[in-house]
Amino acid sequence: MEAAVMRIPDTICGRLSEGELAANFADAHPPLTHAQAVIEAERCFYCYDAPCVQACPTSIDIPKFIKAIATNNMQGSARTILESNILGGACARVCPTEILCEQKCVHTAREAGQAIRIGALQRHATDWQMEHGGQPFTRAVATGKRIAVVGAGPAGLACAHRLAMHGHNIDLIDTHTLPGGLNEYGVAAYKLADDFAQKEVDFLMAIGGITFQGGLSLGKDFTVAQLRKEYDAVFLAVGLAGVRAMGIEGEQLDGVMDAVTFIETLRSQDKKTVPVGRRVVVVGGGNTAVDAAVQARRLGAEDVFLVYRRGHEQMSATTVEREWAQTNGVTVKLWASPVRIVSENGVLRGVEFARGAIGPDGSIAYNPADTFIIEADMVLKAVGQTFLSTPLQADTIAISGGRILVDDQYQTTMQGVFAGGDCTPGEDLTVAAVRDGRDAAEAIHAMLSQNSGQ
Amino acid sequence: MADLRTTFAGIKSPNPFWLASAPPTDKAYNVRRAFEAGWGGVVWKTLGEDPPVVNVSSRYGSLNYNGNRLMGLNNIELISDRPLAVNLAEIKQVKRDYPDRAVVVSLMVPCVEESWKAILPLVEETGADGIELNFGCPHGMSERNMGAAVGQVPEYVEMVTRWCKQYTRMPVIVKLTPNITNILMPALAAKRGGADAVSLINTIQSVIGVDLDQMAPMPVVGGKGTHGGYCGPAVKPIALRMIGDIARHPELAGIPISGMGGIGSWRDAAEFLAMGATTLQVCTAAMHYGFRIVDDMIDGLSSWMDQKGYADIPSVSGQAIPRFVNWGNLNLKFKTLADINQDACIGCGLCHIACEDTSHQAISKTLVDGKNHYEVIDEECVGCNLCAHVCPIDDCITMQPQPVEGELTWPEHPNNPNRVTA
Ligand SMILES: Cc1cc2nc3c(=O)[nH]c(=O)nc-3n(C[C@H](O)[C@H](O)[C@H](O)COP(=O)(O)OP(=O)(O)OC[C@H]3O[C@@H](n4cnc5c(N)ncnc54)[C@H](O)[C@@H]3O)c2cc1C
Ligand SMILES: Cc1cc2nc3c(=O)[nH]c(=O)nc-3n(C[C@H](O)[C@H](O)[C@H](O)COP(=O)(O)O)c2cc1C
Ligand code: SF4
Ligand code: SF4
Ligand code: SF4
Repeated sequence: MEAAVMRIPDTICGRLSEGELAANFADAHPPLTHAQAVIEAERCFYCYDAPCVQACPTSIDIPKFIKAIATNNMQGSARTILESNILGGACARVCPTEILCEQKCVHTAREAGQAIRIGALQRHATDWQMEHGGQPFTRAVATGKRIAVVGAGPAGLACAHRLAMHGHNIDLIDTHTLPGGLNEYGVAAYKLADDFAQKEVDFLMAIGGITFQGGLSLGKDFTVAQLRKEYDAVFLAVGLAGVRAMGIEGEQLDGVMDAVTFIETLRSQDKKTVPVGRRVVVVGGGNTAVDAAVQARRLGAEDVFLVYRRGHEQMSATTVEREWAQTNGVTVKLWASPVRIVSENGVLRGVEFARGAIGPDGSIAYNPADTFIIEADMVLKAVGQTFLSTPLQADTIAISGGRILVDDQYQTTMQGVFAGGDCTPGEDLTVAAVRDGRDAAEAIHAMLSQNSGQ
Repeated sequence: MADLRTTFAGIKSPNPFWLASAPPTDKAYNVRRAFEAGWGGVVWKTLGEDPPVVNVSSRYGSLNYNGNRLMGLNNIELISDRPLAVNLAEIKQVKRDYPDRAVVVSLMVPCVEESWKAILPLVEETGADGIELNFGCPHGMSERNMGAAVGQVPEYVEMVTRWCKQYTRMPVIVKLTPNITNILMPALAAKRGGADAVSLINTIQSVIGVDLDQMAPMPVVGGKGTHGGYCGPAVKPIALRMIGDIARHPELAGIPISGMGGIGSWRDAAEFLAMGATTLQVCTAAMHYGFRIVDDMIDGLSSWMDQKGYADIPSVSGQAIPRFVNWGNLNLKFKTLADINQDACIGCGLCHIACEDTSHQAISKTLVDGKNHYEVIDEECVGCNLCAHVCPIDDCITMQPQPVEGELTWPEHPNNPNRVTA
């Protein structure tokens, strides 16, 4: 046996110069020029009952807003988008369009890869609005109704804006000191560069009637029942505050952390103060895993492995995301399940994985006798986020399948309390959260109008 | 290889592609480059009397469509603004250097006999192959009683043509203006005056667009605009109709026609030939892309002729004329039905909405496997072709002619109050 050499994890800050960091975390997909946007817009067929619209969770009238770009009616274009989706600017940047609108674009049916760049065009129009037009909507006559929105992520923001449009007053409450939710501290930095999340929040709040209260937590500072007494209605949009554990030996070691915590750190701090390992192993197969891996590389990690226990088809990260990881120098390893975190004298050394395969009957088996170790200075766990129900313990709100149970009007089992976004069942996407917030606001507005006999 | 040589009113050229009288043929420099590029002939930019005209700055306007430039071109330019002697000297030298190419000189002088009598010998002296009478310029010159102001009055057309035939032995081509309700009137007048050939169309009076900031028609010259002459791809259908009208007219049959108006490809050229032209003139396409475009025109036309077995230009010329009839000669029993190739369909819905909103509600929209599915309802389809034209996919919607039994035209149709009964 070799003499055991004590290895100290090589995890430090500032692996790259400030200039390199700035370049690495700048806009990953720079905006279209107006000329490029017009050429792209002119490619659109202006489909009738367009498949792209059907594929957009917020049902933006895509042919209409694209046609308006082609005719240089920028104001009309932006309004069309924002009417359906007030966070159209963020969605233009973060939506996995390759599995939404652009996948269904009829140009894709004709030739793969030729879809209209709907996201890029949407960004062009909403950027124009934010630069030239400001908030395009005005508020209806004040109703005197007050609504508490808990969670200032995409769902909470969309709900607050739509309620404000209807003339209600909203208190937007969040644990974090800055509004925005995962747009502010979760989504990859290069997708929402230049402090876009806060700019968009400012743009949205400019409608008036929305008061943000940061640093207040449901379950700690107040309960839903208390809010329900004080307000005419409550909307819960608290997202997924929990993370899944791998449940293996060594998970508590220094250097092993949740990918979302790692991302939140780099989103909220100066990049040069964020520690990153020389060798990083990311465990997981979703977009969070991809984001953590790519951002670790961009912070200066030398070798980054993204290890997923199954194959490409089962990965929840889209093909575009996976290829993005690969072009960023991340090594993707499949069919390997983590069995333990390897340590030496209590110091992190790496992760041991068991090789697996899919059997003829479709079942997956990992062979405990066939393992390998990937050395690592840092291990990022990205095996899933979960809804944390503890803040609701004091209340009588039903949970189903690990999320808040709502009816088709977004109402929970507590009268007058609504919920939407990641904390309710459905796809965990920014755009889906926006739809929930918008539609829940309409439901709340309908309820309040009925109550007051309007 | 098809033989592309042409003899047009006695004027020979190695191929039927001539440059129309316009900026591309303004001076020796351009014309030499054109001949080097392979053009069969030119009609020199219209000459007038000295002192030369003065042109404005800002001369063209463009009609762009869905990202394509110059679907139509509008100009407010006048005739040659260079001294007559300079033009004549250059024409003489160029013709001497390129004896195998057609060099035709376009002319426009006031509508008085002395003016024409004076200029014709000067042109003849250059050795040019023929003259083209510009009776078409629809702007500027017409305000001075020339160009279209002459072309719109058949008596003037006949009179000036006769003077020219009287004072020169060069072939006389009369260039017709489309700014007239019936193209046959000036064409017949030209024939009566002794014209050897006609050429058409000149440009169409137009306002290309309005500058919404300056609130003036474009192109804006120092704050104001004027109407101009319209040409380019957008005018091709108008030109084809007028050429066909002349080619099929019994009294005009056989008069050589130099066709122009929107020719930009060999295919356009073949269509002009089929409708009765024997030479082709081009202006806008050359102004858009340069003289090199003639390569594909020559190449494409001759390949197409080889494929179809046409040996030479005369064998193509006028081929569509026997089938260019009046509406009353069309068979009302003929029926064609739209047919969607479901494998090619991409589901854009354009055929459906076009037929649903503006035609005959003959394309159904249903949900099949979660996707919109479009199908033709044969009983409702009137065979108008609209869906086939709006479909963005080539050959996805085709029109399928149905079996026909016999023929029934409007003159015999029971619905016709004036029907001819046997
Ligand atoms: C790393 C990562 C990357 C992602 N990238 C993408 C992407 O590229 N594209 C995409 O479409 N989606 C992406 N998603 C998913 C997307 O961010 C979410 O679907 C979306 O943010 C959900 O919005 P939400 O408003 O429901 O919740 P969140 O955005 O999570 O907002 C919830 C808010 O509630 C607050 N809150 C939580 N608990 C409490 C409490 N007890 N009291 C008070 N406030 C509380 C939180 O502070 C937060 O501000 C990503 C997610 C992650 C984790
Ligand atoms: C800028 C410009 C100037 C023209 N000048 C003349 C002219 O001096 N004499 C003439 O007979 N036709 C003139 N024309 C008309 C062209 O010869 C031709 O008839 C017309 O452009 C149609 O052909 P096209 O569609 O290929 O351009 C001019 C056209 C343009 C665009
Ligand atoms: S499917 Fe594509 S082409 Fe059709 S409207 Fe949508 S973006 Fe345009
Ligand atoms: S040919 Fe005309 S009537 Fe028939 S389906 Fe097409 S659009 Fe409708
Ligand atoms: S227009 Fe063509 S491609 Fe579009 S739905 Fe109709 S048949 Fe299909």
